Amino acid sequence: MRTGFVKKIFNRANPNMGVIIAVLIVLAVASLLFGIGLGPVTVAPEKVMKILLSRIPGLEEAIPHTWEQLDQNIVLGLRLPRVCLGMVVGASLAVTGVTMQALVRNHLADPFILGVSSGAAATATLGMLFGAFSFLGEYSLSISAFIGSAATIIFVYTISRVRGRINITQLLLSGVAVSMIMDGVTRIITLSAPNALGLHNATFWMSGSLAGAKWGYLTLPLAVLVICMTVLMINYRGLNLLLLGDESAGALGVNVRRLQKMLVLVASLMAGVTIAVSGTIGFVGLMVPHFTRLLVGGDHRKVLPISALLGGILVVWVDVAARMVLAPEELPVGILTAILGGPLFIWLLKRNTKEHR
Amino acid sequence: MRLQIENLTFSYGEKEAVDDISLHVKKGEFVGLIGPNGSGKSTVLKNLYRALAPDSGTVLLDGENLLAMSHKKSALKLGVVGQENDVPFDFLVEEIVAMGRSPHKKLFDIDNAHDKYIVRHALEHLGMEKMSKRNYLHLSGGEKQRVIIARVIAQESDFLLLDEPTNHLDISYQMQIFDFIKRLGVTVLSAIHDLNMAALYCDRIYVLKEGRIVLQGTPDEVLTPENIFNVYGARCDAATHPMTGKVSITFLPAGIGV
Repeated sequence: MRTGFVKKIFNRANPNMGVIIAVLIVLAVASLLFGIGLGPVTVAPEKVMKILLSRIPGLEEAIPHTWEQLDQNIVLGLRLPRVCLGMVVGASLAVTGVTMQALVRNHLADPFILGVSSGAAATATLGMLFGAFSFLGEYSLSISAFIGSAATIIFVYTISRVRGRINITQLLLSGVAVSMIMDGVTRIITLSAPNALGLHNATFWMSGSLAGAKWGYLTLPLAVLVICMTVLMINYRGLNLLLLGDESAGALGVNVRRLQKMLVLVASLMAGVTIAVSGTIGFVGLMVPHFTRLLVGGDHRKVLPISALLGGILVVWVDVAARMVLAPEELPVGILTAILGGPLFIWLLKRNTKEHR
Repeated sequence: MRLQIENLTFSYGEKEAVDDISLHVKKGEFVGLIGPNGSGKSTVLKNLYRALAPDSGTVLLDGENLLAMSHKKSALKLGVVGQENDVPFDFLVEEIVAMGRSPHKKLFDIDNAHDKYIVRHALEHLGMEKMSKRNYLHLSGGEKQRVIIARVIAQESDFLLLDEPTNHLDISYQMQIFDFIKRLGVTVLSAIHDLNMAALYCDRIYVLKEGRIVLQGTPDEVLTPENIFNVYGARCDAATHPMTGKVSITFLPAGIGV
């Protein structure tokens, strides 16, 4: 009986979107509560809930103040911004993956694999070192990262386009080459100018981390995520049609050039602002869309929101693992996502070559 | 006159792939484009469905300049079935067919009951209603092509551009696809590889060689042994088949006939 019920909801041929989204939202909220509580110093979930509720205007008096000040500092000052940032970063990376996959028409695309993350990290460190965009104030880092991600997407996309089609070998190899070059640049910059870069050391840029998250980090990535999601959802038909190939999409009424330009812009914006606050967290954009498609198929009207939710949940939990595994030492999140995502990538690559002879 | 092409020229680089071509298609006609590989059949069609932009020439569709139309508007008038129909992502058959409804949809529209009805109808027309929940990735080449035909039916345009729609298919599927299209009673311009297929289904034929139209007329007029030898360099015999009443071509191996 129970399996019948589960099958009815998670039925690939006719997924019940309402229930799936509701389940994922509940999971996301639960992840928030547990994610805040777990760490080198553990705070019980009900305590977390009370502390959070007490901050809601009008409820301050109703909640008895039964916790230590230390717990409150950990929950509100350290963990809450970190977990929220994890949600936003995870959602953005997953949606960036979906966008890039539609752009290159292949499910192996991911900002990390195609070198976009490395490009963004390199220009972000460059921007910091030379203060190139300092007149833009607090957003200078994000904007220099955006320039790097946009340049890499356009570069990798252009060189892997052979006679109007994306050549997947060319795409993956140029991605590898670009990310090696860019990682080298990042390393040189961070090693040669340690003071100027402060907190941001080479590990941060190349392996990604959510440690040191502040409320201030959250605004821009969240705003960009909301705007880009809206733009993508409005164009979900176009994204679906793009998967049929440029010619079929054009024949079905899509202005292919314009849509592709928009996708490049959206993907580089999201990758750029995310990487500026979290460094490179790889494979999220590969893993999450893959599992989403197993759940609901390829229709972007379903894939986009589900990927965003799953991506947020995944990164929050990987980040919990990152601070628990070697506590009190912190593991970079990117290392854990690579250990999870790398094998999946190899498996997909294997399957990909089988399907295309 | 549905489609009128005048002096269409297109080049990929130095050399003209399509050189000063003029042709027309009347309402309800099934017009074939034949010619050897690389003669420019596909290139002509790509210029019409706007995967390529011509260097010069005019294209009028129902008296309107096709090249200045919005992509959406031309998609409402012209349906296209190309050669490459691989979709490397996970879609159900009915989802692929429903994509044919896209040009009818405004920005925030979602698929309504009418769209679902049309999709079901299109699948039924091809005898594929039982496959609607199957995964497109796992279909055979012939089944995929039928799904694409269903998609073009769901698109509800009454002018079809076909680019060798039966290439790589078994003979039974080739016949099936052309029979389906013929039964739709729409106007068709199709590139066709197989001369006997062209003879069976076309009302008129244009013959392309090296980017130029060298012959045109009914299959009887065009598909003569001399013409075929001049265009393809292959020897053959042509006769009217007693059952179909259409010209039928038999290619002759070396040593026979002379």
